[in-house]
Parts: sequence; structure tokens; C-alpha cells
Amino acid sequence: MSGGLDDLRDLYQDVILDHGRHPRHGHRLATFDASAKGDNPMCGDRVEVFVRHAPDGTIAETGFDARGCAISIASADLMAETVTGKRPDDARALFAAFRDLVRTGACPACDAALADPLERLAPLAGVHEYPSRVKCATLPWHALIAALDGAQEASSE
Amino acid sequence: MNDMTPSPGFDVDRIRADFPILRQTVRGKPLVFLDSAASAQKPVAVIEAMKTAMETQYANVHRGLHWMSERTTEAYEAARDAVAALMNAPDRHEIVFVRNSTEALNLVAHSYGRHLLRPGQAVLISAMEHHSNIVPWLMLRDSHGIELRVAPISDAGELDMAAFEALLEDGKVGLVSITHMSNVLGTYTPAERIARIAHAHGAKVMFDGSQAIVHRAVDVQAIDADFYAWTGHKLYGPTGIGVLWARRELLERMPPFLGGGEMISSVSYERATWAAVPHKFEAGTPAILEGIGLKAAIDYVRAIGYPAIAAHEAALTEHALASLSAIEGLRILGAAQDRGGVVSFALDRAHAHDVATLLDRFGIAVRAGHHCAEPLMHRFGLESTARASFGVYTTQAEIDTLATALVRVREFFA
Repeated sequence: MSGGLDDLRDLYQDVILDHGRHPRHGHRLATFDASAKGDNPMCGDRVEVFVRHAPDGTIAETGFDARGCAISIASADLMAETVTGKRPDDARALFAAFRDLVRTGACPACDAALADPLERLAPLAGVHEYPSRVKCATLPWHALIAALDGAQEASSE
Repeated sequence: MNDMTPSPGFDVDRIRADFPILRQTVRGKPLVFLDSAASAQKPVAVIEAMKTAMETQYANVHRGLHWMSERTTEAYEAARDAVAALMNAPDRHEIVFVRNSTEALNLVAHSYGRHLLRPGQAVLISAMEHHSNIVPWLMLRDSHGIELRVAPISDAGELDMAAFEALLEDGKVGLVSITHMSNVLGTYTPAERIARIAHAHGAKVMFDGSQAIVHRAVDVQAIDADFYAWTGHKLYGPTGIGVLWARRELLERMPPFLGGGEMISSVSYERATWAAVPHKFEAGTPAILEGIGLKAAIDYVRAIGYPAIAAHEAALTEHALASLSAIEGLRILGAAQDRGGVVSFALDRAHAHDVATLLDRFGIAVRAGHHCAEPLMHRFGLESTARASFGVYTTQAEIDTLATALVRVREFFA
């Protein structure tokens, strides 16, 4: 059988395969200030995100407990990495930019202040070519934003 | 139906030529369509029947006094005859056209469930049901005080008949509603035995035959069923039309499900009286073209013949089980003795969605997810699986393509 999987490297880059298999933040936090669940009823993916705040209100640590595909686990892990040290509003802005990235493959209107974390999240941009998989990448972010908003459950898109 | 010898008349290449879509390529590769259990592809006979009706013979049915309406009514009602013959229903008036199996199950839950089951009675399902045979009963439980009981299955994915019978012992079960073939495990349930046991305990019995009727002949009289539901689009027919068969005496006692045109005898502002069965259950303009398409699908299937179809699919399933189980790290769900052309599996290294996305790159279409059977997934300790399912047009070579691709997928996630 010829070809096939090599061109899938646009979707499954090494960063995604690595973080999908060995997430660094894939655990419940021992102490946390907020948490929320997200679930995708279409496919059965579930995630619960835990957030601990620093005294100044920034995000000190994020952890998650997830059942899902490589895309969703890697996305949750890269999310946890990139929102650390951010104020909740900055995390919301980052999600808005990330959502543009995974839906369109680009984020032309994105704030230069987000350039660094977006570069870290860029391996997920390939998802835009797979519309049915976009939700895999955004589900953990929905749960994070719900936790920051004080909600228990992420509302679905 | 255990004859494994393919009929000499069964020529898969000739059958594939009847399905125009199979000539398509996907991502530059020939389409390997292994998702027929979700919805089957359509033979040219079905496509042409619907097209011809629209081009030459179409009007609303049952109400026009003009030539076009009379011809269309004849064609639509011929579909009812074809369905009755297919299922060996004793009376064509026992065939109720609905949108799909889900609507058939909801019709029974609403009409039979709310009016002929009493609060405190129970409905008994199995642990391998599609959500469409779970949710209507949860709704009936909450609205009408019906208890929902679930008969367990074995690790092999077979109904635990001793436990099933024990759940009927107290006589509270008014209705047994069970799949005739699992859409996840491929297991056929022993319909005749289930009906006999249900009846011995005073319960009526309904089968969800959405999968079963695609793969083997269904005879509602031999089964001694009370209700039997299935959907047209999995039997190579169009979407939007399904069938509820029920014994006439039950349909006579059941109130209508939906109200409107077509289903009445007379209407005033004080009261309405109902049309005779089956029209009492067919409110509004029906799926006319889809009925005509369904008849063409039934004619197509009967021309091939169920013994040939069953033998072809049994050979495919045996080949798939052997090829897939040889793949390291691949787990097949269920190992029922009596099973049809559906194989669900999980790979150790990759989530089902990742598997499906990678297989798509080879032009292979499989379903991935919980298959609308979340409780069953949890029964096997899983959230999702990938599922390959077969139809009359599936070839052994396509299964080999799947097996080869799965080895590559597993290497990809090494």
C-alpha cells in the first residue's frame, strides 16, 4: 500500500503525537480554585479542567483529566502550558485567537502580544482541514473558559 | 440461514456495478466504504425509481381524484405490499410507514406505552441497544411511571438468557423491546426464543431490526413478534422512510401518535375520528418518493436473495475477524456465535477518532465513536471504537486493504 500517512504529518505533527501520548498536565490538581467539565456528545470525548490561581489572580497551574483522541489530549496539554502565568482575560483572548487558528489555519487579526503562545499552539493549525475534528481541539479550551467563568459545564458550540 | 456456501448467482463485481458511488475515488484512492451499518449506498435501481417517479408520475397520494394522484398512490401503496411480503406480514394494513426506526420506537413508546402500559409496569430492553431503543423508554419512565429494566449481556456480547427470563418472572414487564442485531457487536439475538419467553410471561415483544433485516430474512410470523421496526436507508433504500410492523389488533387498540391530515375519518371543532389502520398512524403527506425508492430497494435485495446475501456477508465477517484479530494490539468487541457483518474494534495505541482520520487517508470509510450506544461502550470499558460494517457490495479485498492500513496506523502511533 503506497503513500497515505505521510501527508497526515500536517495534522499529526510530532508535537501532537508526543503531547497526545505523554501529556505533562494530564492530571487532576491536588488543590484548585475552579474546575469545569466539557463533553462532546457526538463522539463521547470528555475533559475536566482544573485551575489554580496565584494570589495576583493569574493562572498559576492548569491540569486536566481527559478521555479522548490524540488531538484533544495534545490540545489540552498545550493549552495548560500556554495559559500558565496569564490573566484570565488573556487566556480568553488566546482562546479566541486559537479558535480562529484551528478553524481557518491562520489568525491574521491576532494581537502581536499573543504571538509566542500561538506559535506554541501552531502545530494544531492543521486541524482546520478536518472540520469534524475542530471540536477535538477546542473542547478543553471551552472547559477552561467555563472554569474561569465559574461555570460547572462548558456550553457546547 | 447458516449456509456458508455463496450462491452461484452471487457475483460481487456485478453487484458493485449497480452502485454508481463505488466508482468514486476519495483522496485519490478508490472508495473503500465500510460504513454501511450507518447508512448503505444506493443501487441505480433505487436512484432511477425515484427519478422516474419525479419525471413521469408524481402527485400527492390518497386524496387526488386525478390520474397522477391515482398512479402515485398505486406506486406508494405497492411499497406497502412489498414491505409486507418482505417481512411475511399477514396483513398489509399492519405496515405503518414512518421516517426511520427511531420514529417507529417512539411511536410505540408514545402510543402503546402511554395508553396500554400502566404505571408500575416495566419495559425490558437489553444491554446492547442503540440509543433509539433506550431514550424513548427513559422518557416514558419519567412521564408515565414505567420501570426500565435492562437484561445483561455476556463478555462475548450475547444476551444472558437466564437473566433475561429472570427479569420477566414477576410478571410486571408489559413490553420487551430488543435489538434483532447489535449495531456495535454484530450479535443476532435469538428472536424466536425471546418472543416465546416474553409471551410466556405475559409481555408483548418488539424488535429493532434496523441492522438485522439488511443481512437476513425476517419473518415476523415465524418469530411470533408483536412489533418490528426497521429503516429503509440501511437496506439500500432512501433516507426518510422506515417501517413499523405491528399486529393489527394492537394497532387497532393504539391511539394515533401524530394528528393531522391523512389520519382522520372525520373532523369537527368538537371531535375527530380516526382513519383505519395503518393510515391512523400516518399523519400528513407521507414520504412518497422515498416509499417508491424503498420498494425498488426491496425488489433489488430480493432479486439477489437473502440466502446469497447472508452467505456473502458471513464469509466477509469470518475473513474480517481472522484478519483483524491477527493485528497486534487490536481488540475486537464481542465474539457472539451468531453474528452479522459488523466488526467493532479498538487499537491499543490510538483513539478511534485518530484511527478513522488515518484510515480516511487510504480512502477507507469507517465509523468511529460510541455508535449511539454509550451504555454498551461502558459495558466493555470503552468510550469509543472504530467500526467496519459490510454490505452486499463489500469485497474481501477491501477488508484486506483495511487490515493493511490498520497495521500502518498502529506503526504511525508507535
